[in-house]
Amino acid sequence: HKITSSCKHEATLSSTNQKAACSRSPGTMPGPYRETDLTEKVEAFLSDLKRGGSGTGPLRGSAETARETTALLRRITAQVRWSSAGDLMEVIRKEGRRMSAAQPSETTVGNMIRRVLKIIREEYARSRGSSEEADQQESLHKLLTSGGLSEENFRQYFTALKANVIEAINELLTELEGTTDNIAMQALEHIHSNEVIMTIGRSRTVEAFLKDAARKRKFHVIVAECAPFCQGHEMATSLSKDGIETTVITDAAIFAVMSRVNKVIIGTQTVLANGGLRAVNGTHTLALAAKHHSTPLIVCAPMFKLSPQFPNEEDTFHKFVSPHEVLPFTEGEILSKVNVHCPVFDYVPPELITLFISNIGGHAPSYIYRLMSELYHPEDHEL
Amino acid sequence: NVGILIRLRADSHCHIKNEDDQWQIKEHFLTPLGSVVKRLPEHIQVDDPDVLKKLAKKLERQQIPRRLDYGYKVSLFSHLLQYSRKAPLTQQLSIPSAVIHPAIVRLGLQYSQGIVAGSNARSIALLHAFKQVISDYTTPSNEELSRDLVNKLKPYISFLNQCRPLSASMGNAIKYIKKEISNIPSQFKEDDAKKKLLNCIECFIEEKIVLAAKAIAKSSIEKINDGDVILVYGCSSLVNHILCEAFEKGRKFRVIVVDSRPRLEGREALRRLVQKGISCTYVLISAVSYILPEVSKVFLGAHALLANGYVMSRVGTSQIALVAKAFNVPVLVCCETYKFCERVQTDSFVSNELDDPDDLIVTRKGETQLKDWQQVPRLGLLNLVYDVTPPDFVDLVITDLGMIPCTSVPVVLRVKNVDLL
Repeated sequence: HKITSSCKHEATLSSTNQKAACSRSPGTMPGPYRETDLTEKVEAFLSDLKRGGSGTGPLRGSAETARETTALLRRITAQVRWSSAGDLMEVIRKEGRRMSAAQPSETTVGNMIRRVLKIIREEYARSRGSSEEADQQESLHKLLTSGGLSEENFRQYFTALKANVIEAINELLTELEGTTDNIAMQALEHIHSNEVIMTIGRSRTVEAFLKDAARKRKFHVIVAECAPFCQGHEMATSLSKDGIETTVITDAAIFAVMSRVNKVIIGTQTVLANGGLRAVNGTHTLALAAKHHSTPLIVCAPMFKLSPQFPNEEDTFHKFVSPHEVLPFTEGEILSKVNVHCPVFDYVPPELITLFISNIGGHAPSYIYRLMSELYHPEDHEL
Repeated sequence: NVGILIRLRADSHCHIKNEDDQWQIKEHFLTPLGSVVKRLPEHIQVDDPDVLKKLAKKLERQQIPRRLDYGYKVSLFSHLLQYSRKAPLTQQLSIPSAVIHPAIVRLGLQYSQGIVAGSNARSIALLHAFKQVISDYTTPSNEELSRDLVNKLKPYISFLNQCRPLSASMGNAIKYIKKEISNIPSQFKEDDAKKKLLNCIECFIEEKIVLAAKAIAKSSIEKINDGDVILVYGCSSLVNHILCEAFEKGRKFRVIVVDSRPRLEGREALRRLVQKGISCTYVLISAVSYILPEVSKVFLGAHALLANGYVMSRVGTSQIALVAKAFNVPVLVCCETYKFCERVQTDSFVSNELDDPDDLIVTRKGETQLKDWQQVPRLGLLNLVYDVTPPDFVDLVITDLGMIPCTSVPVVLRVKNVDLL
């Protein structure tokens, strides 16, 4: 609903092509009008990202964002005029930069763009007939002899390239749709009966994971509410409606209760390149408490959350929302004399994490760098 | 006390006949350092039906109504009581009560509604109420003041216990008063005895609370340097006093106040500090990993210091100490000696207090997620009040006897006991 309504809004705002847009017939789509329609869609997506970014709007799941980004990129591939792979990659990079800039904390957008760029490179290499292995191996010898820049400039034209790329993007979309189910299927390997599991806030992946295990096993879940947004409450009501014994605790009681917990299972917003996490605030405390009691910390994160960012980019790491959530305006005159912070994310270092469960199986945090090199091309790390 | 027979046996077990004429085995340690009889308080044995029956009989005899449990209790805590703030004990009393002094009734209500909170505030309120009780007391004929007054105080203490379980500081204060009362020589006239008791109570408050705060503030100011960023948690009257004193003495520092739901006591501390003119920052406890890299010291208050070195304090304190340790920030606990307790505890489960679970319910954007939590069959809300911090997280304890490490608490207790004997 949001996209269509803002689409109309954008349509009335755009000064050029206004008449053309109104007089467009659904069957035939002449060239320049296709691009208007595409631009509208892109603008709608951007404004949606910007609006959904603060904690106040309806929170979009990252899976939705990933799917929409990929669908939009497929549309761009199909509708924009390009002659060689290099052109297409330039267009996608340009749009990608705009999309990432709209909401820097939503890293799934950038991740999907990098995946598509990698797809294009692969399809190009396949069309050219060269073996993929030789191109992808970044040996030290190659790095030294090539002089740093890649020899490929992707200028050759192949007729079947467009169709191949679109087919590959469709495969990517199918993969995205199945991620939550793939992760939930692994639940019974990790949860035994009569366990006490702790989680924090609300993660749709963890919810599906626990509900899948609850079909066959009985266990107890403790949910930390994660102030100030208190998403843990929603998680608890949803889990208890499915028959899972649930307890809601405050954030302050995490360490007090941790000694009776057998496992900690959490979701995350992003998995960073060093194996660390950017997760909802309060997760670092949870991880430290789990480490102190030697409780395993399991992170359920689908592959599209893996991002080539590192945590030491200080100014882009943290995101803050209105301090009114923490200290409301009803407090009166002290507000002008007090600094109030309301960060949304926390950094969790990889030493505190025991296991990552993703749609392709379980891995240790030390393996994340390898997965990243398979998903993204090193030249795409900077869009 | 009349009616108790103590029979000492060779294997150092002590059979005590209590008020109900039942023999009970209590462990009686006969050591050269004196004897210590330990008894498990009833408010942590709620899952034992025999204990509940005994308690009900005792309350009936003292004519005090019993407060009932509320709501679904999390299974790990079924041995503790859980009350609702909407059902205070005074609703079941007839006012004016014939059995309980009105000052005590008022005090009980203030405790159960959370109007008087914080261990110092509760102890001082208790002592003032007892002063009122003592000045209104008249010895009946054929009775001795030293014995009768103690018996008079027992139902009051049961009543206050029912309103809200007694804190360690209140327990120590009550022990002190009882000892003073029993030590009144029998030849004292009633007026003199009462004056002496009132004086004792005044002394206790003055020495153990007010002067102790001054001494602690003096030691702590040496630990506060210019340019410090100090983190405090919740509202501890002692820590606020220290910070205000340090600010008056001209130290330049700024304070970060960390707060947690549902009590949000940090806002009170924030108001007091901002009024003094100290520059403050305010965050919730989930943001403590974000703010800790800026912090140079952490000052925490305590509810009680246990004999094995653990610090019992508001829930969330142990978490702050844990994260501070991970970031290598020194943690200092400030505690007066009258809060030192002979109990030992290793986790926050066995002896704790459960507050009203409805406090966790919050309305955001017009939606109250947990509104009907009682109807949902498998959902429980847990509102803990206290937790224990292990001594390896605490770097220093500042008391009125000086600055000691956490592990020296039993030494101080022994020194105090020797003084009292």
